[in-house]
Amino acid sequence: MERIYLDHAATTPTDPRVVEVMLPYFTEVFGNPSGIYQEGRAGKKAIDESREKVARLLGAADFREIIFTGSGSEADNLAISGVAWANRGKGNHIITSSIEHHAVLNTCKHLEKYGFTVTYLPVDKYGMVAPEAVREAITDRTILVSLMHANNEVGTVQPIAEISKIVHEKGVLFHTDAVQTVGSIPLHLKELGVDLLSLSAHKFYGPKGVGALYVKKGTRLSRLIHGGAQERQLRAGTENVAGIVGLAKALELAITELEENNSRLVEFRDYFINELMSRIDRVKLNGHPTKRLPGNVNVSFEFVEGESILLILDLKGIAASSGSACTSGSLDPSHVLLAMGLSHEVAHGSIRLSIGRENTKTQLDYVCGVLEEGVARLREMSPLYQARARKERSV
Amino acid sequence: MYTEAVMDHFSNPRNVGEIKDADGVGEAGNPVCGDIMRIYVKIEDQRIVDIKFKTFGCGAAIATSSILTEMVKGKTIAEAEKVTNRAVAEALGGLPPHKMHCSNLAADALHKALDAYRQSHLQFTAGEADSSSAIG
Repeated sequence: MERIYLDHAATTPTDPRVVEVMLPYFTEVFGNPSGIYQEGRAGKKAIDESREKVARLLGAADFREIIFTGSGSEADNLAISGVAWANRGKGNHIITSSIEHHAVLNTCKHLEKYGFTVTYLPVDKYGMVAPEAVREAITDRTILVSLMHANNEVGTVQPIAEISKIVHEKGVLFHTDAVQTVGSIPLHLKELGVDLLSLSAHKFYGPKGVGALYVKKGTRLSRLIHGGAQERQLRAGTENVAGIVGLAKALELAITELEENNSRLVEFRDYFINELMSRIDRVKLNGHPTKRLPGNVNVSFEFVEGESILLILDLKGIAASSGSACTSGSLDPSHVLLAMGLSHEVAHGSIRLSIGRENTKTQLDYVCGVLEEGVARLREMSPLYQARARKERSV
Repeated sequence: MYTEAVMDHFSNPRNVGEIKDADGVGEAGNPVCGDIMRIYVKIEDQRIVDIKFKTFGCGAAIATSSILTEMVKGKTIAEAEKVTNRAVAEALGGLPPHKMHCSNLAADALHKALDAYRQSHLQFTAGEADSSSAIG
């Protein structure tokens, strides 16, 4: 059976053009970049060139502002813990939102055990943070604001540039988790105005196991990993040379081809949402209708549960994900959907389909048909649907 | 993550539906947790002659409901009362550990249905009520 992959927000396949440029760094150019001999210098050169490329593509002022890490999660940890510990003398208050990725939320929760206080800002029904709420939350003890550029589950894109101005008026540092937006929507560091920005290669058709943190010149940061002097002493450990080369190449391709991919994905996304809405009743779109990631479709089907929809999809060759508790490994459904005001039962019935480069309209039509049939079958089985139908008949 | 038996019962669930003149109806779970199971039984001579279910929930919730109906159909009330959630999970070749509590409640729903039957039946034999319906 042909497989249809619709979980690009989770990860993407590595572009063969990226794999190609990575390959020599596993075999021929294997030297430790810290070595002073030729084999080492070749690795060092590859890292330097990659760093310059990434800095240029993101609009950084200086290539030294890019720190390579092992993942987007590590970049988030380094940004938040790094700023927190380096600025402990100035204050102990951090502001973030209730819909952040767990890499941010759990880092903040961890810091709370060590005397830091954290404000988790609410969001509106679209998953949007109010810029004025950020202003009001800032105190003279605030050292960092960390807000994601776009949400990984519902795709809502935050007004980061606007919030950045407010945060800087107050003289506070601003970090954004841009793991979902780098390589996906137009992004320029000068326009965003942030002090720190996290990214991850495997979200834009690069390899897994490599990410980066942009750290604006002059930003004080404590390291997480102790050891050698790699990455300006901010991240010890022999560099993942092949991964770093792959990250830079993937970013170059993503940005060069962004406009074309972006407009195609937006068209597919809106087509798919409209099809679902017109063919299935009691469907709710989660997230903002327009200020959302190009490939993100997140919907709730009332009266059914998300995991069972995913199982039906998987049996029909389709890969997607869900905000239901059953797939999160906890008893609660998605913290993002709950923060947006969805009831538990509607949140349990949510699924995310994230469209990518290789998907076609024919595939989306097929998926829509499978969903229509699958949701109908599950509703037939659902006591909630039965109760609702009865209630509506009696009205 | 799921056994073949779970996927079989999920894909082709047995005894889905409701029994309009059921002798007992039982429900377990709640929508906040993401699982609700409702079991309908028809009893004749202390024996389950028909059983149907309706379930809102994940793959495990649907599969446990389905296999339970097969396990107890034709059984006496006394036999059916001995069926536990654990036995249901074992009949499916096991469930992932985190599914054992939240999604494995079919036997609870069945026992509630049998309790409901017993209540109405007692009332009936005592001649105090003319309604044998246990549907709340």
